[in-house]
Amino acid sequence: MENAGRPTQIVTAREAGLIGCTHCGRVHPLGTRVCTRCGAHLSPRSEASLQRVWAWWIAGLVVYIPANLYPMLRTASLGKTLENTILGGVIELMRHGDVAVALIVFVASIVIPVAKFIAIAYLALSVSHRVRLSAHRRHILFEVVEFIGRWSMIDVFVVAILSSLVRLDFAATISPGIAAVSFALSVAFTMLAALSFDSRLIWDAGKEAEQMEKERSLG
Amino acid sequence: MSVVPVLPLPDDVIACPSCDALMHDRDVALGETLRCPRCHAVIEAPRALAMTRIIMLALAALILMIAAIFFPFLELGAAGMVRRSSLLDTVMAFSTGLTAPLTLAMAALIVVLPVTRFLALLYVLGPMAFGWRPARYAAPVFRLAEALRPWAMAEVFVVGVAVALVKVAGLAHISIGPAFWAFVALVIVTVLKDNFMSRVTVWKTLDARRKS
Repeated sequence: MENAGRPTQIVTAREAGLIGCTHCGRVHPLGTRVCTRCGAHLSPRSEASLQRVWAWWIAGLVVYIPANLYPMLRTASLGKTLENTILGGVIELMRHGDVAVALIVFVASIVIPVAKFIAIAYLALSVSHRVRLSAHRRHILFEVVEFIGRWSMIDVFVVAILSSLVRLDFAATISPGIAAVSFALSVAFTMLAALSFDSRLIWDAGKEAEQMEKERSLG
Repeated sequence: MSVVPVLPLPDDVIACPSCDALMHDRDVALGETLRCPRCHAVIEAPRALAMTRIIMLALAALILMIAAIFFPFLELGAAGMVRRSSLLDTVMAFSTGLTAPLTLAMAALIVVLPVTRFLALLYVLGPMAFGWRPARYAAPVFRLAEALRPWAMAEVFVVGVAVALVKVAGLAHISIGPAFWAFVALVIVTVLKDNFMSRVTVWKTLDARRKS
């Protein structure tokens, strides 16, 4: 980082005996419950935050399993019915030669959800365990997870668009499968898991590690 | 970046919303960007006429959304049949069988939440752009608008349309309706608008106006 080795020291609101609002940045004396500027609920550190993260994380994982096992899309064409799971749809696209689109769907509905489960679990664990990534890197990881989560919804939208559009009676009809529901829920739950995470915890853990590092280099 | 001495007064400092680091609460000049000295998150980035621009863009987004809902979205022709699909049809795609609850979710994600967010922003920032006192309940309404931000998925939907187009392209002849372009414009406008938004600046302005 460009600021590495800077002699200045950063004081957090908690260390100064204050509470900072996570919405508007206003600082309050300890014990204030509601922000006087924006009315948001205040807490020095959201202790229940990690519990909420894990609860949503597990819920998301549970519904992610049927999302992959059951059909996402049901195509009826000339009397034949074809059912496609998420992965099946990607393979189908590949076979048609639409590699670019297959890649978009693959990344949006398989790579991103799986990576998100791993990243959220990693961030939550890094609060209580020592990890190799610096606090700064983990903060970036958290921002990426927060930003990218909603893009997994692409596949659900694709199914909705296809089902509303391809209704040509006998020639071809596409209808949504039950996996669309569990996939949408899985995306929503992991978004909630990321939103419940208190990013200040990353820096608290980082600061302790930094302190230990400093003591070791001095002694 | 000035660093805060130990035990400051609450009114002199501001805490980074993402990492809790304290910094001096000073007036940030127009065009300047205040970043957190520790996690580098953008704290404040006031821009000239930002409020006016945001409400203009929110207004444009609302009009585009109305156009996007009622005009045909995509048109598909195969074997002599033509099928037009509007945004409303897309929302209703899940309305039969076990997938019915998704209809509500789709309607919310694509139309209701974005529209609610535009209206909330207009309500909060409208009076500010004219230099008036903030409207009643401006604070809870702005908090709502911020809470809705991750759930308004119009731009995700547009990419979904692009993917769907390629999927069906081999099956039938597809043409894009006017509503699709309205929606694309809407997404561009939304991204522009969010770039002008600086949450802390809005809260500070609301606070200052309320007291004056």
